Amino acid sequence: MKILLIDDSRTMRNIQKSVLTQLGYTQVEEACDGQDALSKVNAYAPDLILCDWNMPNMDGLTFVKTFRTQNKTVPVIMVTTESEKSRVIEAIKAGVNNYVIKPFTPDLLSQRINETLTKKAA
Amino acid sequence: MDPAFITPFIASIQHVFATMMQVQVTVGEPQIRSAPTATYDVSGIIGMSGDVVGSVVLSFPKASAQRLVALFAGQEFDTSSPDFADAIGELTNMLSGSAKGMFQGKKKVTISCPSVVIGPQHVVARPKDVPCIAIPCSTDCGDLVIEIAIAQAPVAAANA
Repeated sequence: MKILLIDDSRTMRNIQKSVLTQLGYTQVEEACDGQDALSKVNAYAPDLILCDWNMPNMDGLTFVKTFRTQNKTVPVIMVTTESEKSRVIEAIKAGVNNYVIKPFTPDLLSQRINETLTKKAA
Repeated sequence: MDPAFITPFIASIQHVFATMMQVQVTVGEPQIRSAPTATYDVSGIIGMSGDVVGSVVLSFPKASAQRLVALFAGQEFDTSSPDFADAIGELTNMLSGSAKGMFQGKKKVTISCPSVVIGPQHVVARPKDVPCIAIPCSTDCGDLVIEIAIAQAPVAAANA
């Protein structure tokens, strides 16, 4: 299972990586913004993407919209402080499969990852 | 300042610190801050735009910041490390993002990426004519303060 982790904060990438490691997922590629992620996503071919929203250079929503023009199947979980209902709807319309609001507990992130992968496998 | 802008930050700091660091935050009496300098030596700064404009500063003494960052990031960093600034920026981002989600009404507010300033007596430029409200907070890791200088945007600016 290959996972692409997109967040401009190294601290947040490390926190999420440690949850992924606990779940047994150790193949993780990191990107620091949407542009960096677009430059890596085709070569890396992830099975799951975790993506922040507010980032410099290219935000997460723009990344998801661009990525979805070329790939409609790889699940994307948005992990963000954006908690307004209108923002969640915007993200879902752009092609996000699941949503985690920061701050989150490791259990919540694990639950969303498992939900998303179970749905993909069904 | 509209008190409805203050309450979300109190709820947010308690939620963010409890969830990410298992740290309880005791909130003191909010006060108007007229000094142009930040209260302490380490500041995470976020700008708000849209229906609400202004800035939010999360300001810590160095010792409190180092203890809290160690809990948040799971390791200790010197204040000169980029990872230390990154962690302070992310805490400020979570505080502001979570608070804006609690603003009353359907407000469209965008937050900037965080900036972090470290050093004694640094000045944070605040919006003109917007009072700054300082909310003192204490934790087992030390004190900190939230400085909020935000206001409802003029109609033309909000629609721009």
